[in-house]
Amino acid sequence: MNDERITVGITVNGVTHRAVVEPRTLLVYFLREQLGLTGTHVGCDTSQCGACTVHLNGRAVKSCTIFAVQADGAEITTIEGLARDSALHPVQEGFREKHGLQCGYCTPGMIMSAVHLLQANPRPTDAEIKHALEGNICRCTGYVNIVEAVKWAAERMRGDHVSR
Amino acid sequence: MTTQRAPSGLIGASIRRVEDPLLVTGKGCYVDDIQLPGMLHIAFLRSPYPHAKIISIDTAAAKAMPGVVAVLTGDDLSEHLKVPVPSIVRGMKIPPQPVLARGAVHAAGAPVAVVAAESRALAEDATSAIEVEYESLPAVADAEKALEPGAPLAHEEFDSNVCYTVTKKGGDVDQAFAAAEHVVRMHIASPRLVAMALEPRGVLASPEPMGQGLTVWLSTQGPHRARADLATGLGFPEHKIRVIAPDIGGAFGSKGPLYREYIVAAHLALKLGRPVKWISTRSEDFLTTNQGRDQAMTSELALKRDGTMIGLKVRVAANLGAYLQSNTAGPPQRMMAMAPGCYQIRNCHVEVVAVFTNTVSTGPYRGAGRPESVLNIERLVDKAAADLGIDRLEIRRKNFIRPEQFPYKTGVGVEYDSGDYGRSLDEALRLSNYDELIRQRDQARKRGELVGVGISTFVEPSGGAGFESGAVRVERTGVITVLTGSSSHGQGHETAFAQVAAEKLRVSMDQVAIRHGDTLAVQQGVGTFGSRSAVMGGGALAVAVDRIVEKARRIAAHLLEAAPEDIVQADGGFAVTGVPEKKVTWRQVAGAAYGRLPKGMEPGLQETVFFDPKREAWGFGAHVALVRIDRETGSPTLEKLVLVDDCGVIINPMLVEGQVHGGVAQGLGEAFREQMLYGDDGEALTGSLMNYAVPRASDMPPLVLGETVTPNPFHPLGVKGVGEAGCNGAPPAVANAVMDALAPLGIDHIDMPYTAPKLWEAIRQAESKKRS
Ligand code: FES
Ligand code: FES
Repeated sequence: MNDERITVGITVNGVTHRAVVEPRTLLVYFLREQLGLTGTHVGCDTSQCGACTVHLNGRAVKSCTIFAVQADGAEITTIEGLARDSALHPVQEGFREKHGLQCGYCTPGMIMSAVHLLQANPRPTDAEIKHALEGNICRCTGYVNIVEAVKWAAERMRGDHVSR
Repeated sequence: MTTQRAPSGLIGASIRRVEDPLLVTGKGCYVDDIQLPGMLHIAFLRSPYPHAKIISIDTAAAKAMPGVVAVLTGDDLSEHLKVPVPSIVRGMKIPPQPVLARGAVHAAGAPVAVVAAESRALAEDATSAIEVEYESLPAVADAEKALEPGAPLAHEEFDSNVCYTVTKKGGDVDQAFAAAEHVVRMHIASPRLVAMALEPRGVLASPEPMGQGLTVWLSTQGPHRARADLATGLGFPEHKIRVIAPDIGGAFGSKGPLYREYIVAAHLALKLGRPVKWISTRSEDFLTTNQGRDQAMTSELALKRDGTMIGLKVRVAANLGAYLQSNTAGPPQRMMAMAPGCYQIRNCHVEVVAVFTNTVSTGPYRGAGRPESVLNIERLVDKAAADLGIDRLEIRRKNFIRPEQFPYKTGVGVEYDSGDYGRSLDEALRLSNYDELIRQRDQARKRGELVGVGISTFVEPSGGAGFESGAVRVERTGVITVLTGSSSHGQGHETAFAQVAAEKLRVSMDQVAIRHGDTLAVQQGVGTFGSRSAVMGGGALAVAVDRIVEKARRIAAHLLEAAPEDIVQADGGFAVTGVPEKKVTWRQVAGAAYGRLPKGMEPGLQETVFFDPKREAWGFGAHVALVRIDRETGSPTLEKLVLVDDCGVIINPMLVEGQVHGGVAQGLGEAFREQMLYGDDGEALTGSLMNYAVPRASDMPPLVLGETVTPNPFHPLGVKGVGEAGCNGAPPAVANAVMDALAPLGIDHIDMPYTAPKLWEAIRQAESKKRS
């Protein structure tokens, strides 16, 4: 066991936290247990499910694959930081609109991966969406409506939807 | 907003889910999201052997580690702590299942010791400091091998590996087979599957101050049943336990039973006087959570030359695993009860031999015996058609139970309520453009390509398993609280049930709150599994609402000084018939109910219903698949999948589609990718997501969904269940398509999953046989 403690400074959803962590603390547990941001989930122990996906300096990463110390100085966005001024992010809205979730356990990770995709590619094809979500497992929805949700959000974000 | 639309027309509308705003913003609350002051974490040391004697356990080093509060082994615990398992089949053997192993282990993953510590990491560290000496014993993993003479015994105290044998009979099978002009014989095995709910299992048990009671947050499908089992397993009074099922991250049957870790956590919480949390790792989940399927069927179908089915014999070897959970014995029974599928087969003999092996326990996993049964009969029917040279549509139509025959008692003595199997098949053919698919297949075949079209027609029983409860309470301000015993884990009960209540009460949905998942708040209930919630929870709710309306009508009559017969429901309350301006709101009615009522009228406005229709609801459907197999690599592609399901009256089409999508994904996982594999000696070969392949987004083919609506004549809402339809119908349609594609090579049958290497091997063998 390692008794060493390290002080880190990590900015999460715009707030900088100085915290003392063990070297072995994974970012996901730092977020969940030390900061109480439990929207980021843990679904596996082999980096395969993507339930823990967050943005680190604007990139989607699996927070179970990174130690908290490696995020020292980084900017993290979690699912809790996505909605602005209580307005849902279009991807969040899309998941609701298109029934892209059932139990909701994969959803935060899915949404974070999808947001990252749409930042890089505002007009993804179905195949590109599926490819971007390859690292995220959903056991409930069969992915059909997740793809629809992402397409819906892409349209919103481009602003070329016809308003209802 | 949709939830404020006019109350009429809610049933049948695709209302967006009221659950979602919290879940899409990360504000859901799953068991592991709860932290309590002073909370301890526990971790288990588990057996690496599938079958072994425990010679010694040394916990001294673990106990001395900092942060460790307790280390216990089976010998430290009272024998009374055990997993309660009901005997659902007369004479079935129930092996002992102490919550921590005592003297021996019978499956890899069996818990041998537990550590309670100040953090999860410390608890895990300490388990690796425990020394256990084992003596490995012979083990068996395959159910059919376990039945062979001289096979290793999974439990040394039993004289065989048979847990139970049951038979269902109808008609005269011997005579049918004697009269048969053709008999189809097949051996069909369904793969063993992992439910893989994305949220691993977990529990948080917290003693109430001063030893009065125990609150338990549990990732469960049925909090009331879990509470009763916990009371029994722990020896603690049921009425002092509160079980809360918070948000549940999927379950699919696997979170039905009360697993032993929960009893250990509750025991430690009481003993140590501190909250105790256990959250399974994914790897632990693979070794400890009920798995599904793993039934091997040896079947014979007797026919007339014209394709009339006259007799069915099935012998099922069902692998139960080593330890029984409370629902392990169930799925094989379900398999039996629907063995003849949608066909009139009067003479049936179905035998299940349920077998112990040194593997993870099995139990209900989405379908729970249904997919095995549908696979069996649908493969038999296709083979019969091929053997007899009859078109597979014709043989099905010829033998379907006809609409006018319902309610229909099948050859295994089960009554189906209603159906129109020909109509759903026709719809599936129409949507798939079937004739065109066949034309394409035939052309491809001429080019030497391996292309197949498969269909399945199936029944989908739902409801059942006792009762379900629903309580409706109109509160003082006129808003409505619904307490349902049917707690949800992703299905959208809060939306669907609110639609039902709001429409029937003529209020907007935001006037209705659906509460579930807390034994302190909700009357006794059963839970969500077996496609039962719309049928059972919905039925209870519908009846309770009707009773509320009747009482409220009398109160309204009193308030409006009219006769109760002259009072009608109006938006938001009641009115005098023909005089719409003479009306009262729910708030006024509630005010009277809790205020001043005339003599002889009981105060209050609450009704509780325990609903038991005493019969199941038999949904059905027809699925069509188009599969192409690459001759060079064996790689299969599902090019088209058409799904027509009939679940009676639909409450929310969006939710029904979601259920079908999810079920299909799991069905396609079964058909193409998923299989939990054990070595001959019981060693788990696919114990993590590294080698157990669940479908990813890109694995999903384009789906075409359709429906027919045959209302359930025995249900207040006319509904039937649909949660398992996708995984019942899709795999056999795929199996029939794959076998159709391989038919030109003379291949008769291959078991799922259809992985590329397996198909490649079969193609290679068939081709070399052809050449020689
Ligand atoms: S928890 Fe991070 S990938 Fe599964
Ligand atoms: S919604 Fe349950 S895992 Fe995706």
